[in-house]
Amino acid sequence: MSAAREAILSRLRAVARETRAGAAAVEARLADRKPNLVPARARQPRRETIDGFRRMAIEASAVVRRIRHTDDIPDAVMAILRSENRPARLAMAPDAMLEALGWNRAMVEIRSGRAEAHDEVGLSVAFAGIAETGTLMMASGPTSPATLGFLPESHIVVLSADDVRGAYEDGWALLRARGGLPRTVNFITGPSRSADIEQKLQMGAHGPRNLHILLIDPDAAEPPGDR
Amino acid sequence: MVAVTSPAFEANARAALVDAKLQKALGHIKDGFVQRRTAAAARLPEFDALRDLAKEIKDHTLDHLDLYLAHFERRVTESGGVVHWCRDAAEARETVLTICHAAGAKSVTKGKSMVGEEIALNDFLEKNGIEPVETDLGEYIIQLRREPPSHIIAPAIHVNKEQVAEAFRAAHTELPADRPLEEPAALLAEARAMLRRKFLAADIGITGANFLIAETGSTVIVTNEGNGDLTQMLPRVHVVLASIEKVVPTLEDVSTILRLLARSATGQEFSVYTTFSTGPRRPADLDGPEQFHVILLDNGRSAMLGTPFQEMLRCIRCGACLNHCPVYGAVGGHAYGWVYPGPMGAVLTPWLVGLDQAKHLPNASTFCGKCESVCPMRIPLPGLMRRLRERAHLERLDAPVARGALAAWSFVARRPRLYCAVAAIAARTLASLGGRAGCLRRLPLARGWMQGRDMPAPEGRTFMAQWRERAR
Repeated sequence: MSAAREAILSRLRAVARETRAGAAAVEARLADRKPNLVPARARQPRRETIDGFRRMAIEASAVVRRIRHTDDIPDAVMAILRSENRPARLAMAPDAMLEALGWNRAMVEIRSGRAEAHDEVGLSVAFAGIAETGTLMMASGPTSPATLGFLPESHIVVLSADDVRGAYEDGWALLRARGGLPRTVNFITGPSRSADIEQKLQMGAHGPRNLHILLIDPDAAEPPGDR
Repeated sequence: MVAVTSPAFEANARAALVDAKLQKALGHIKDGFVQRRTAAAARLPEFDALRDLAKEIKDHTLDHLDLYLAHFERRVTESGGVVHWCRDAAEARETVLTICHAAGAKSVTKGKSMVGEEIALNDFLEKNGIEPVETDLGEYIIQLRREPPSHIIAPAIHVNKEQVAEAFRAAHTELPADRPLEEPAALLAEARAMLRRKFLAADIGITGANFLIAETGSTVIVTNEGNGDLTQMLPRVHVVLASIEKVVPTLEDVSTILRLLARSATGQEFSVYTTFSTGPRRPADLDGPEQFHVILLDNGRSAMLGTPFQEMLRCIRCGACLNHCPVYGAVGGHAYGWVYPGPMGAVLTPWLVGLDQAKHLPNASTFCGKCESVCPMRIPLPGLMRRLRERAHLERLDAPVARGALAAWSFVARRPRLYCAVAAIAARTLASLGGRAGCLRRLPLARGWMQGRDMPAPEGRTFMAQWRERAR
C-alpha cells in the first residue's frame, strides 16, 4: 500500500496554508516536552498532593488503604481476600519487592507471573499515582504484566506515596527519565464500569469489579487504615 | 448494516418522534450526560482555557498533518509495529483481511471503533468467514440486534433492558430459560461471562484509537469497561483502526486534550482506562500481542483540509454535541441514517457519503448554538452546517418548494418598496385572521408547523410604517 501512502501524504502536503510553519517548527515542537496548562489542583505541595490522590481515587470508587511500610503488604492483602470472601490464591507481579515480602505461603497460594483466566485476584505495583484525578499509572514490563489489572475480578495495586505526582505530565517526565515508553501504559481510575444499559451505572463490566490501592504513606497525619 | 438511510431523514425523524420506547430512552440523556458534564466543567476552573489550548494543538497539527503522520509512522516502525495507509474504506477492509489471513485468524474481538463502523468491517469479516465479536457492552448489544450505533459513545442508548434481555436470550442459546434477566446487573453479568470466553479465544484484537501520538508512535484508547484492553492484550495480534486526523504531537498535548474528553463526554473526571500502546510486546514481557498494526484511514478527510471544514477534523468524538442537541434529543441517532449522528454527524457525514445522500442532515438543526457552546474543541458546528446548506442550494440539491420560496423571498427582499408593500399587506391580513384573540391557529402552506403550536398575530402595521409615523 505504498501507493496509498504516497497519495495520502502528497494530498496533505498539497494543501498550502498560511499558518503552516514547516518542518523545523514540527521538529522543535516534538523535541520540546513542556507541559501546556497544568491545572492548579495538580500543582500542590507534597502532602496535599498525596491526600488529593487518595481523595480522588476514593471518589472514583477505588478502595484506598494506607499502610506504613511494604512489610504491611501481606497482612493488607490477606485482609482484602477475607473481606471479599475470595479463595486464598493470588496472581502476583514478579516484582522483586513483592517477592521478598514475608508471605505466609502456607496460608495463601501465590503464583508469580501474568494473570490467567481463572485468577480472581491480581497484585501489582504502580509506576506512579496521579493526584489530579486519583489515577494509577501502570507501566507494563517483565515485572509488571498488564493482564494482572484486567483479567482478575479484584485488582490490588501497591503505590508508594513517593511516587505520587500532581499531573499526568509529571508521570510522563518520570517515565522518560527511566528510558521511555513500555509496550503499554495503563492509566487506571477506579474499577471497571458500564452505563450502556439504560444509562444506569454498573460496576465490573469486563475488568475488575474492585480496585484496591495499598498506599504506602508513612508520614500520613491520620492513623493508617481503610477508606 | 451501514446502508445510508440519510436521504430518508424526514421519514426517519417522523417515525422516531412517535416511537414511545425511543422517546423514553432519549429522556435519560438530560439527567445523565448533560447534568454531569455541566458539573464536571464547573469543577475545573481551567476548563475553558484548556479548550483554547486544545483547539490550538489540533489546528497546528492539522496544518502539518503530513509531517506529524510521517513522524508517527517512523516511531511505530522503530518500536516494531507496522503502519498501513489506506485511502478509502475498501482499502482498509482489505488490509484487515490480509492481516487476518497472515495470522490464520478465525475469530476477532473488537473494541469500540467508530472507524470500524464507518468501513462496515463486521459485515465484511463475516462474509470472509471470520467471526467479529464486539466487546463494548453497548456495541455487543447492537451487534446482536444487527443495527448501527445510535450514539457515538453510548451506541445502545436507544435500547431498553427488556430488549437487551431478548437479544441475549436469542443469541446465548445455552442460557437457561428460567435465568432471570430483568435487571441491568444480571444482563451485565451475562455479557461479561459470555464475552470472557470470546476474549480468551480470539486470534486478533481490533481497537480504534482516540489519539495517535507522533512523538512516541503510541495509540491511545479511552474506555470505562476495560474491554478495549482485554481486546488488545490477549490475542496474538493487535490491529488499531485510526483516521488520519487523530494524531497529536506529544504526550503533553494528549494530556491537555484528555482533560477535556471524559468531562465533555460522560462528565467523569477521567475515564476508568486510558491506555497508551507502543509497538508489540517487548522481548521479556509476559503478556501483550506479538504483532502491532496501525491502519491509517483517509476516507475523504484530506479533502476537508485547507477548507473551512478543516475545523471539523479537531473533533475528538466526545458526543457532547449530540447530548445537548434538541434535534438529536427528539429523534435519536438512527434517524440520521448513517454512522455519525447529531451535529457532528450533520457536518461530517456529507463529506464521507456525499452531500447528495446527506443533504437533509445540515437542516436537522434549530441553530440554537448549544453544540458549539459545549464543544471541547470549539468547532463552529452551526456555521459549518450553514455552509453545507448553502452548498446544497448551489448544487440544487434542496427541494423545489424550498428553492421556489427562497427565490421569491430573494426577489422581494432586494426591492425595498415592494418588500414594504408586501409586508404591509401580510401584516394587515394576518392581524385580521388573528381576530380578537390576536392568535393564529392555522396558516396556508404551514399546516405541519401549525399543528403543534399557535402563533401570535401581528398587530396590523409594520415596523417601517410605525417608524415613519413617529419620525414625523
